[in-house]
Amino acid sequence: MASLTERVNPRELLSRGGPLGGLIALCVVMTILSPYFLTFNNLFNVGTQIAVIAILAFGQTFVIVSGGIDLSVGSVLGLAGIVFGWATAVANLPLPVALLLGIGSAALAGLINGALITLGNLPPFIATLAMLSAARGLALVISGGVPLNPIPGAIRTLGSGDLFGFVPLPVILMIVMWALTVGILRSTYSGRCMYAIGGNEEASRLSGISVDRQKLLIYTLSGLFAGIAGILLSARLASAQPQSGFTFELDAIAAVVIGGASLSGGTGTASGTLIGALILGVLRNGLNLLNVSAFWQQVVIGVVIALAVMTDTLRRRRKG
Amino acid sequence: MSPLLEMRGITKRFPGVTALDRVDFELEGGEVHVLLGENGAGKSTLIKMLSGAYRPDEGEILLDGEPVRIASAADAQSLGISTIYQEFNLVPELTVAENIFLGRQPRRFGLVDRRNMRAEARELLERIRVLVEPDETVSSLGVAQRQMVEIAKALSVNARILIMDEPTASLSGEEVERLFEIVRGLKEQRVGIVFISHHLDEVTEIGDRVTVLRDGRFVDRVPATTDHAELVRMMVGRPIEDQYPRRRSESGEVLLEVKNLSREGVLEDVALSVRAGEVVGIAGIVGAGRTELARAIFGADPVDSGEVWMEGHKIERATPREAKRRGIGFITEDRQGQGIVPPLSVAENLGLASLEANTRVGLVDRRGQRRRAVEMIEDLAVRTPGPEQEIRYLSGGNQQKVVIGKWLLADSRVLIMDEPTRGVDVGAKVEIYELMNELTQSGAGILMISSDLPEVLGMADRVLVMGGGRIQGELAAGEATQEKVMALATRGTETAVG
Repeated sequence: MASLTERVNPRELLSRGGPLGGLIALCVVMTILSPYFLTFNNLFNVGTQIAVIAILAFGQTFVIVSGGIDLSVGSVLGLAGIVFGWATAVANLPLPVALLLGIGSAALAGLINGALITLGNLPPFIATLAMLSAARGLALVISGGVPLNPIPGAIRTLGSGDLFGFVPLPVILMIVMWALTVGILRSTYSGRCMYAIGGNEEASRLSGISVDRQKLLIYTLSGLFAGIAGILLSARLASAQPQSGFTFELDAIAAVVIGGASLSGGTGTASGTLIGALILGVLRNGLNLLNVSAFWQQVVIGVVIALAVMTDTLRRRRKG
Repeated sequence: MSPLLEMRGITKRFPGVTALDRVDFELEGGEVHVLLGENGAGKSTLIKMLSGAYRPDEGEILLDGEPVRIASAADAQSLGISTIYQEFNLVPELTVAENIFLGRQPRRFGLVDRRNMRAEARELLERIRVLVEPDETVSSLGVAQRQMVEIAKALSVNARILIMDEPTASLSGEEVERLFEIVRGLKEQRVGIVFISHHLDEVTEIGDRVTVLRDGRFVDRVPATTDHAELVRMMVGRPIEDQYPRRRSESGEVLLEVKNLSREGVLEDVALSVRAGEVVGIAGIVGAGRTELARAIFGADPVDSGEVWMEGHKIERATPREAKRRGIGFITEDRQGQGIVPPLSVAENLGLASLEANTRVGLVDRRGQRRRAVEMIEDLAVRTPGPEQEIRYLSGGNQQKVVIGKWLLADSRVLIMDEPTRGVDVGAKVEIYELMNELTQSGAGILMISSDLPEVLGMADRVLVMGGGRIQGELAAGEATQEKVMALATRGTETAVG
């Protein structure tokens, strides 16, 4: 067990303080405006709704901390769901094999992203943009453009079941993935390398870090997380759909930057990302409760993204 | 009559540090006033108050006796204050004229009046007697010419006060002379000049008065003719007896051996060895291939042929990671770009090269890493508010100590130091030399590249002189003189590759 002083890192608190304050303020406002907002039922509802985006965003956090970007996660999520759906519904393979194939295909897509960036010397934006198109196309090819059914019952339970009768399983999975992300970023060799590479790639290389190998791993991790999110989404929809995860990459990136990470790399935390995802979720949920039209919701979310990052930048500049 | 510029009681605080503590400064028209102080003394912070980058927390700035408010670069410009920074602020793809008038191009009917702009640029360049065509793109110019363009740009706003932050850092001797001629011309035109430099010779040659800062405080204002030893004492706060305190140690067995290292157009058949306890200096002019050699030995750049041996083992796959594992450390010349990771803490920067060695089954021993970092901060007397401070806020000398400490924690037995004291002030320089003494006494070997000849002669036990990608000769510490080194260094220029 780490000592208290080590766990409460003031710098981490600082970079988390702003978004957390925003989330709390948002919740207070929603509680005042809607009596239904602050109920267990509704809060778990929010958790269930953001679970998929949060898991995608955790994977994205690795990439953004290391100074890159992964635009392909939404499509890779869709691909993982379809490969999984094909394996169970069409090929009738056993569930563990189907899971392995689904998540494995996503990890492979991430590995290919990493290879394009390191061996192919492509900028991350371009490499993952290519994968965004290719993975979506593959999902359509494999599925023939139609949803694949049925999804095995065990997996459907993951989408709609509860623990102790009231904590939704998607929320449990999200918390497990959050803990995993915290552990990776804080305590693993690769996690520490992500911050170093994002902060100064050349200095990292000249300190004896195999930057290329680490990048392969980072993008593979991002793909892997997208794969897990893909299985979860199929479970929630009880069906594998080729269009699943369309434009989810944008929500994932938004969650990471609202959470205080910088797109220039070197900063960002798992908890910040979780808060970013919660802000997006609470906002959507609250606007729904208030009967704001879906069209206006998009406008509001756009404004919130801009405001969140702007205040965060200002706050940091004042501290610097 | 009130002076052209007066700064009174300027105070500026940053989180954890008071960068400036009630500092006074004044400048007359037609004067070159030198700001002297170690890195971190507050020189840059002070001039940033004049350029509008920072606002003072306390104190006032007066121009011709009138209080002024400088809240932005535009304010500074309209008050006639221009700054030439250490890093160039030119856009390489644009022409000289476009750079000079960037953002303020003369306009006619809303379009840029190119003819007018060229003519005005030509006039400015002639005024400071610089032979550069306004239509040349900046990327085609050398460093010295770019410096001159910066000056022309600074003057184009009718500057009454010109701030020059280490303008000679990247210039050769001849170019420095040209720059000084320009400065003298500006003095005649009653421009007031704030001049920052680490070279005391330049202070005497070009300066009128000197203001010395130390640890953010005003120390004294003295004439530029003041004795150098006295200036150093004021800067450092104590007298420095020996500028190069090399203590030679017994040299032991060969640690690093380089055989026939070649890379087409860069290195030609380079062989050298470094023994335990030795400081081997590499001298040579810019472009001689010294940095390229260092990078090749460390595996940072590929080579066509040749071998690197460390402690009797041949390094098979030349990568920085392999070199590190064998016990080689590399302190690069570009500290900002290749040495430190700016957003990370001092502790994390210290742990960077030893991260892998302190990882078990993928998990980093974070507590151990932190403890070792804290010890190293004490051992090297790194001046930082704490191990968690972001390294970017440290002074150059302290950053350099962290970079060296990083390799000590990685258990390096041979350190390749490329310009180890560049941008480091007098006091920290001596500390780094003392550190080199301790290292060699404990059996490490050092390969030191430096453009500072007195440093090479003062610290190295053997001097290898490079020219044109080859080693032109070797001089023992006793026989090496500036003349002999320069004679060898220029011998290679006829056969130079680049």
